[in-house]
Amino acid sequence: MKSSDPAALAPRLSRRQALRCLASWTGAAVVWSVVGGVPRALGATRAGDVAPAAANTLTFAQISDTHIGFRKEANPDVVGSLRRAMADINALPQRPAFVVHTGDVSHLSRPEEFGQARELLQELRVERVHTVPGEHDTLDDGVAGYLRVFDHDAAGRAYFSFDQGGVHFVGLNNVLNFKPGTLAALGDDQLAWLKRDLAGKSSSTPIVVLAHIPMWTVWEPWGWGTADSAEALALLRPFGSVTVLNGHIHQVLQKVEGNVALHTAMSLAYPLPTPGQAGIGEPGPVTVAASELGKLLGTRELTVVRGKHELAMIDTPLER
Amino acid sequence: MNMIAWLQTLRWWRIGTAFALVAFAASLMPSAAFAGGDKAAVNITKFAFAPKDITVAPGTTIVWTNHDEAPHTVSSRDKTFGSKGLDTNDTFEFTFASEGDFAYICAVHPFMTGTVHVRKP
Repeated sequence: MKSSDPAALAPRLSRRQALRCLASWTGAAVVWSVVGGVPRALGATRAGDVAPAAANTLTFAQISDTHIGFRKEANPDVVGSLRRAMADINALPQRPAFVVHTGDVSHLSRPEEFGQARELLQELRVERVHTVPGEHDTLDDGVAGYLRVFDHDAAGRAYFSFDQGGVHFVGLNNVLNFKPGTLAALGDDQLAWLKRDLAGKSSSTPIVVLAHIPMWTVWEPWGWGTADSAEALALLRPFGSVTVLNGHIHQVLQKVEGNVALHTAMSLAYPLPTPGQAGIGEPGPVTVAASELGKLLGTRELTVVRGKHELAMIDTPLER
Repeated sequence: MNMIAWLQTLRWWRIGTAFALVAFAASLMPSAAFAGGDKAAVNITKFAFAPKDITVAPGTTIVWTNHDEAPHTVSSRDKTFGSKGLDTNDTFEFTFASEGDFAYICAVHPFMTGTVHVRKP
């Protein structure tokens, strides 16, 4: 079933589900379980109710949009926000295998911002951190400055793949290759690489894709989409369970297309308006009361249960 | 000096005088197109270049200023000019020596577009 048409999806949403959806827009945490590629809302998180994952499962955490170097009114202390998130992750009942960062590590692509981010991320008590670049990480010289600090496999490119816990992970760079006036794109080279990368995988392999900008068009006037995402999703569609984790829009949004579930994450820097929000003509940082900021920033924990193709997602704001 | 050579000299002198007069007039009017060294401003506000289209004379320096909290860049399509990431209140300038149409975007937000039209008045 293709559920990209909102009208077709609407009758299936109960009032309770719709309220949960609304809660996710305003930054409250929602627990998601993805069964066979279809996410199901399990309920809102409360502090401390993150159940320990069962044995034989792979757990990892997602952070996004740390914008190290940002020091404006919307969040004068992005380092503090990142440290709080890392403390939350370090305190999880089961230590995640690794952490993924879905881009905008830095705010202005400056070498000192990348350096500071790398030092800070070493405070995570996990084996490693996987990153994909955001457009703020490619301001001056494409991905060159970013790769000097965050070259995952020393291949000199910002996309990669690896296998862990029976899951195939793919990191993509979808912040360059734009044509003026349009969205950024993966580009032909990367699409060809993705095709080769997926070629040998059995269709029962769960796939997790990491990319900064949403892999579907959330709001084109603000550049909230990937020009050639349809081509990438066509390559992913044959797989039984595909989970796409994005950042960029600093808020939680979810979309399901058949076996492909797409999710955006909260930021650890500052909130952005909801797509096309009335009265706000551009996607600039939103300044909220200091007491509210922690509720709009947060982390995400994912658990893969081996053999069941099941991904449980827990979005946790910094303040509950 | 024969008559023809003298007339030629006179003709060159006249042309020279004409140039001198133009140069003198230009010096009296700092905004005159031939004066060169003029500056023009483009503001980057609310994720847009303002004015989006600007027409200037050759020799004009355009100064872009980012007034947004978000960073932007000024990146020409044909790579003739390009800024680094501009933080709030950062500026970037470029002097347009020759005529032409120079389209540019913000590399962070490629939906932000602008064009500099360089024309002799």
